[in-house]
Amino acid sequence: MSFDVDVTVRRGEGQIAACFATGPGATVLFGPSGVGKTTILQMVAGLVRPDTGHVRVAGETLFDAAARIDIRPEHRRIGYVFQEPRLFPHRRVAANLRYGMGRGGSDWDGVIAMLGIGHLLDRWPRSLSGGEARRVAIGRALLSNPRVLLLDEPLSSLDRARRGDILNALEAVRDRSGIPILMVTHDPEEAERIATAIVRL
Amino acid sequence: MLSAEEWGIVRLSLLVGGTAMLVTLPIAFVLAWALARWRFPGRVLLDGIVHLPLVVPPVVTGWVLLLAFGPEGPVGRWLAEWFGVSVLFRWTGAAIAAAVMALPLVVRAIRLSIEAVDPRLEQAARTLGAGRIRVFATITLPLCAPGVLAGLVLGFARSIGEFGATITFVSNVPGETATLPLAIYSALQRPGGEEMVWRLASVSVVLSLVALVASEWLARRMGRGLHVL
Repeated sequence: MSFDVDVTVRRGEGQIAACFATGPGATVLFGPSGVGKTTILQMVAGLVRPDTGHVRVAGETLFDAAARIDIRPEHRRIGYVFQEPRLFPHRRVAANLRYGMGRGGSDWDGVIAMLGIGHLLDRWPRSLSGGEARRVAIGRALLSNPRVLLLDEPLSSLDRARRGDILNALEAVRDRSGIPILMVTHDPEEAERIATAIVRL
Repeated sequence: MLSAEEWGIVRLSLLVGGTAMLVTLPIAFVLAWALARWRFPGRVLLDGIVHLPLVVPPVVTGWVLLLAFGPEGPVGRWLAEWFGVSVLFRWTGAAIAAAVMALPLVVRAIRLSIEAVDPRLEQAARTLGAGRIRVFATITLPLCAPGVLAGLVLGFARSIGEFGATITFVSNVPGETATLPLAIYSALQRPGGEEMVWRLASVSVVLSLVALVASEWLARRMGRGLHVL
């Protein structure tokens, strides 16, 4: 199992619950806004602590309420591409990409060629367009040598042409890198195109 | 332009202000961090205490320092017993008074700059494998650094202008505790001291102006870096 997730967490009055187990390729969490898709990604990444349940990724237990296991986010080896790029504004693109490379084993040239961001390396994040920043954010996550990749609405707020670029890049990641993907979207077209398995919420 | 005596006054003021900021920086940073990031009982009280020197009459602050650092005071006795030193009538005492008076300003500026750092960037850094210390050193600190510097520059200007607490705490000793405002005050009391007042006052205005401009420039630099996410 690439993802074996069974979690609940209280949010205000309500509760967010998710239970799914999927194999390699891309798993898409599909559903309308506001059902807690982002919160599920945050629980997988260790940024939000579930109240109950477990999170297992690529065979390793990252969280288990019953067994009192809760691995810190920096030790989970999860590449997280947030809904907004979250590039570090005081570092150039190259330094942003290198930030997570301490763990080694990343294919610098391959990732940069696949995402087509070679010409951006000397730029500052504030000078990038939305699509460029998104590709750099995906590259930064991939270069941190993650076990799995989490993508939160990677195509939102982009025009049609940019969407095509990013979709191609994501397909390349799915097919060439072999890294399991867990992606959140509310767009059925995106879900169809990327998903190996779809989880409806 | 300035006489040797007047240059001495300017040098002393810069020494007192600089030392005050060196002492204030670590204390102000820890206080600002606690106020910005931690939720603990007594947080509002701590915030109030930090801001006291801003609202209490400076003479009262000076008097409290005198009680604490005087020969019978808890800190004063400890300094005398362990190091055989006293800060009374010394420039070190003037620096302490300046540091205490500038503390609220500096804490405020640093706190704002820490609160302006987007915690989502820190989260992103953690998912990239950085532990808390590395996140602090590589993300939080560089992003709030311009604001911290701006606060220090402002505090430095405030230190150089300190009068009430200083004269109450360490008196007005020429060459030791008589910084710019105290020297101006003395010159005003002296017949024929007007020219010296003019010159020292001009220096004060220039120093303050430079500090204000530098502080503004640094604060704006910080704003620019944080707009892009």
